[in-house]
Amino acid sequence: MHLQLAWRNIWRNPKRTAVIMTAIIIGVWSMIFLGALMRGISEGMVRNGISTLTGHIQIHHTGYRNDPVIENSMPDPEAVKTVLNKVLAPDDMWTFRVRVNAVANNARHTEGVTFVGIDPAREADISFIGKAVTEGRYLRDDDTNGIVVGKALMDTFETGLGRKIIVMSQDTNREIASRAFRIVGVFTAEMEATEKQFVFVTMTAAQQLLKLKKSISEVSLVLPDQNAVAQVAKQLQAALPATEYEVQTWLDLLPLIRAYLDIYDKFMYIWFIVVFIAMGFGIVNTTLMAVFERIREFGLFKSLGMKPLWIIREVLTESFFMLLIGTAVGNILSFLSVFVLSGGGIDLSSFASGLEFAGMSRIIYPAIYGRDVIAANLVVFMLGLLVSVYPAVKAARFTPVEALTHT
Amino acid sequence: MNIVECIDVTKTYQQGKIVVTALGGVSLSIEKGGFVALAGPSGSGKTTLLNIIGGLDSVDSGHVTVNGSNLDAMNQSELANLRLHNIGFIFQAYNLIPVLSALENVEFVMLLQGVPSAERRERARNILDDVGLKDTYNRRPAELSGGQQQRVAVARAIVSDPAIVLADEPTANLDSKTGQGLLEMMKEMNEKKKVTFIFSTHDKMVMDYARRLVLIRDGLVAGDEVKEGSGESESRDRGN
Repeated sequence: MHLQLAWRNIWRNPKRTAVIMTAIIIGVWSMIFLGALMRGISEGMVRNGISTLTGHIQIHHTGYRNDPVIENSMPDPEAVKTVLNKVLAPDDMWTFRVRVNAVANNARHTEGVTFVGIDPAREADISFIGKAVTEGRYLRDDDTNGIVVGKALMDTFETGLGRKIIVMSQDTNREIASRAFRIVGVFTAEMEATEKQFVFVTMTAAQQLLKLKKSISEVSLVLPDQNAVAQVAKQLQAALPATEYEVQTWLDLLPLIRAYLDIYDKFMYIWFIVVFIAMGFGIVNTTLMAVFERIREFGLFKSLGMKPLWIIREVLTESFFMLLIGTAVGNILSFLSVFVLSGGGIDLSSFASGLEFAGMSRIIYPAIYGRDVIAANLVVFMLGLLVSVYPAVKAARFTPVEALTHT
Repeated sequence: MNIVECIDVTKTYQQGKIVVTALGGVSLSIEKGGFVALAGPSGSGKTTLLNIIGGLDSVDSGHVTVNGSNLDAMNQSELANLRLHNIGFIFQAYNLIPVLSALENVEFVMLLQGVPSAERRERARNILDDVGLKDTYNRRPAELSGGQQQRVAVARAIVSDPAIVLADEPTANLDSKTGQGLLEMMKEMNEKKKVTFIFSTHDKMVMDYARRLVLIRDGLVAGDEVKEGSGESESRDRGN
């Protein structure tokens, strides 16, 4: 009957109950839905970062990360390949790359670029470039002088498919090496900066230009299970001589994104608290109103022999019901909102340049994390009950005589 | 055997800057099974005395013993326990719980006492039948007349067999016919179950029904009359 009493009491003033439940619903919805948007943004940033040639793990010659010069190449890729075959699972993917800073120019323009020599077939499974060519074609193994450039770079150079572009860099003899390549494909990327930064040729062409023989600059790996990254990186580092090779995960390679993720995590919980504070005032206020409206009734309860603790329990049970319904509906609404947006996402292309600055995708797909949902519900539920203690104690502290004579 | 013992009870209230003396040193004993009216004009202190006997209010000085328990020495929780198991209340304004049905209102005290669900339902039904409310089990207070509501309140007060029922102006909001019916019913309960009834009232009819009439005036016992042939003991007015 305690439950019945509490349940019926919350419906004594349906308008007031509806107002506070709406506040709880909006609070829970905003916590979960906006949390999912933020997770979607950070996931997009990670996805972009990983697919823009980073991968989950990279192997370099020791010192390459600090000084990515051609001297810090790995001269014996076969040794690395042997380790990869030994350590990796069949589903894990990897590719070799030559990667140096270079200057690209044509008759009118000159730009600094990252010159990347790739294994076209393997690279297509690892990074964005395999699916990013929108004009012309992707590289083939036998492309000795074909080059794929970004659309933004092509526009800057005022050039087009079939035209030549000259790439200059330093070779292993510390001489300037340069060569003309013909544009066979144009790629578009999530960010304009990527389109301007990277130019792709086959690995053989890059090795020939830079006189690298069989040397490579980096190995990039993508694992089907992202949770296995740290473990695999550890195994690879153990299997490779530490004096010659360094193995790093995407968290080491993308420190800015890592910092963003940390900030997002903290911001999320600050957001939860801010929403709750606004909602908490509503809960306290409404519950206090309900308590003061029923002072005589609490006096009656006491005169009938109800102990103060039981009165506190009674008021808290009423809050419990309101919180239960509010959080349930808030959860359903937020899941529905995420479901509706999960297909097309939220297209923010019109803000693309601003988003790019922050490393965000143009389209945000909300991502619900179980721990965020649990945290949001716990915050609302536990703190909701906690703030209801004040009006409940207030109700329990009326003396029967003053309560019964209250008008 | 005395079920209520008040010795030199005083009580004052602060009303703004004025101190109002509600009880100026009341001594009173009431025997078990009594049917006693505390009568007097408004503001005489009869409701204050009733509240003090019920443990709803505290004394400034003096001592109160109810059913063998010294109220001065009890904390709020112990007083609540005393009320729950020993005292039934009937109020002028009925004071039923508006969201509960008549049956549930009667069950409520037994719920607090921890009586099992089936037993409390049966007892509540029986007592409602006894007070003539057989067809109103599921009606909420708003759907009952004043007389019916007060009958439910009486049923709630006596359902758990308390030692004392304290009734504060129980007929004040009822017409004379309904009031008389209610008094008859309480008298019958008193005679059948030997429940002690103490009324505060200025209703002549209640005074007529009472077997003992204690007159309160200006916070003091101004008179104590035991009606002949009532079986009540003589006045125990001490020092007023």
